[in-house]
Amino acid sequence: MSKRAVVARAESQELRCKPAIRIHKLAKQFGSLIVLDTLSIDVMPGEFFVIVGPSGCGKTTLLRILAGLDSASSGKVEIAVSASDRPLNRMIFQGESIFPWMTVWDNAAYGLRMRGAPTAHIKEIVGHYLDRTGLTRFAKAYPHQLSGGMKQRVSIARAFANDPQILLMDEPFSALDAQNKVQLQEELLRIWEEDRKTVVFITHSVEEAVLLADRIMVMTVQPGKVKAIVPVPIARPRDFIELQRTSAYGELVHRIWSSLRQEVLHARDQSG
Amino acid sequence: MSTISAAERVSPRWQLSSRGYERLINLASPISLLLLWELAAQFGLIDTRFFPAPSTILRKLFALVHSGELLRHTLTSLERLFWGVVLGGLPALVLGLFMGLNRLLRAIIEPLIAAIYPIPKSSIVPLALLVFGLGESSKIFMVAVGVFFPVVINTTTGVCEINKIYVDVGKNFEASRWNTFCTIALPGALPFIMTGIRLGIGMGLVLIAVAEMIGAKSGLGFMIWNAWETFSVEKMYVGLFVIAMIGVTLTLLLQELERILIPWRAT
Repeated sequence: MSKRAVVARAESQELRCKPAIRIHKLAKQFGSLIVLDTLSIDVMPGEFFVIVGPSGCGKTTLLRILAGLDSASSGKVEIAVSASDRPLNRMIFQGESIFPWMTVWDNAAYGLRMRGAPTAHIKEIVGHYLDRTGLTRFAKAYPHQLSGGMKQRVSIARAFANDPQILLMDEPFSALDAQNKVQLQEELLRIWEEDRKTVVFITHSVEEAVLLADRIMVMTVQPGKVKAIVPVPIARPRDFIELQRTSAYGELVHRIWSSLRQEVLHARDQSG
Repeated sequence: MSTISAAERVSPRWQLSSRGYERLINLASPISLLLLWELAAQFGLIDTRFFPAPSTILRKLFALVHSGELLRHTLTSLERLFWGVVLGGLPALVLGLFMGLNRLLRAIIEPLIAAIYPIPKSSIVPLALLVFGLGESSKIFMVAVGVFFPVVINTTTGVCEINKIYVDVGKNFEASRWNTFCTIALPGALPFIMTGIRLGIGMGLVLIAVAEMIGAKSGLGFMIWNAWETFSVEKMYVGLFVIAMIGVTLTLLLQELERILIPWRAT
């Protein structure tokens, strides 16, 4: 018993000083177009890491490489593994990604079933996350019967239920209206605070970045590089409504906007 | 946990009242037509040698049921239709799924289908007779040909039309090839597949009648042709009526099957 505890501590101590994700000189080209240019960044374990950048800065490409859906042209990505039976990463996709042909329950259970988890385990975990996302009553409903916000909750439950080493989120709330967005952001943080997985979250909303992040990375446009890394020293749990009255919030939003402005203008000139 | 807003409540799937109303109209329109026809025949407005009154046709139908002749021909045709649908539909389904998933296979097969599909299927009846002879297999082959094309084309389209994000989800959630097939390709393409099957059965029904007229001694197609040769116009109409009823019944059965197999479709 005591021996196990020591091992666990050794493991967690090792994890604390080693980054959860190490991105080293990552580059991605599509033909002659350089999308990502020698990007290096470490994400610490349990960190909520948010990437902000205008459209076309390659942030989605970066996330897809982390998710294993795209390959890098050069450089490497290392993800620290704490337990071999946990999946490396799970993604919460932008837009509608839950299967229309499965019920809410089957959607949330998808990853666990694909990994061949025992039925009792699936029942317990899926039950827990449907409860946490307020979807228990809708377990038997099909996606076409749900609103946009509810569908994204299913996507969140599906990703969390898999207990991955890292969670990747690709603008999960961009299609929602302002009120739904705040509600889901708060719910996401509440679920995340249960066990604080390492998160890489992409957004084009500066306000969303400040509300959610431990650290924010601002990206440049074509080629995508690190423009600035901004720590967010705001205590958790955060009250989003109250937070918006504080000067710390206002200063951070201002600082990131100033950093971004040039890039947004640059992106506009390119697309125009 | 926060409460769920009113906007997020599950919406009803359909409104019964408007559906019931539609059903009523669906029934009323063919009945009205038959009534008009009957009246026109009774009052001598149409030539009853070519267009006998529905009541006369009905009497003939009862006579043919009584003698057992109608049942024998109907069952023969249905049996050929069944085997044609199975033998044409299943390979088409499997081929269509693979074509949808595999670009190379699609590149190989698609031009062949594009070249063969526009040939009027009835024009290959002589070829079918030549190859398969006058027995059952030539008739089953014709139905199979009719079913094959709509099913393979629709299944391929169905798989290709599946939103790419679902394939990404499968990849990200470590679905195996087999699971990708079963949990994404098949259910994702199912609405298209069912449309293909419906079109295929319609085509099969056309072709079984044609094939039986040319090279058969039994079946509804034979009965209709035989009635023309003996100038038994009522019997001809009975054959047409039974084929129409088979078509309607199969369509209704397939619609019901679709409702059971595709519960996620918003109606």
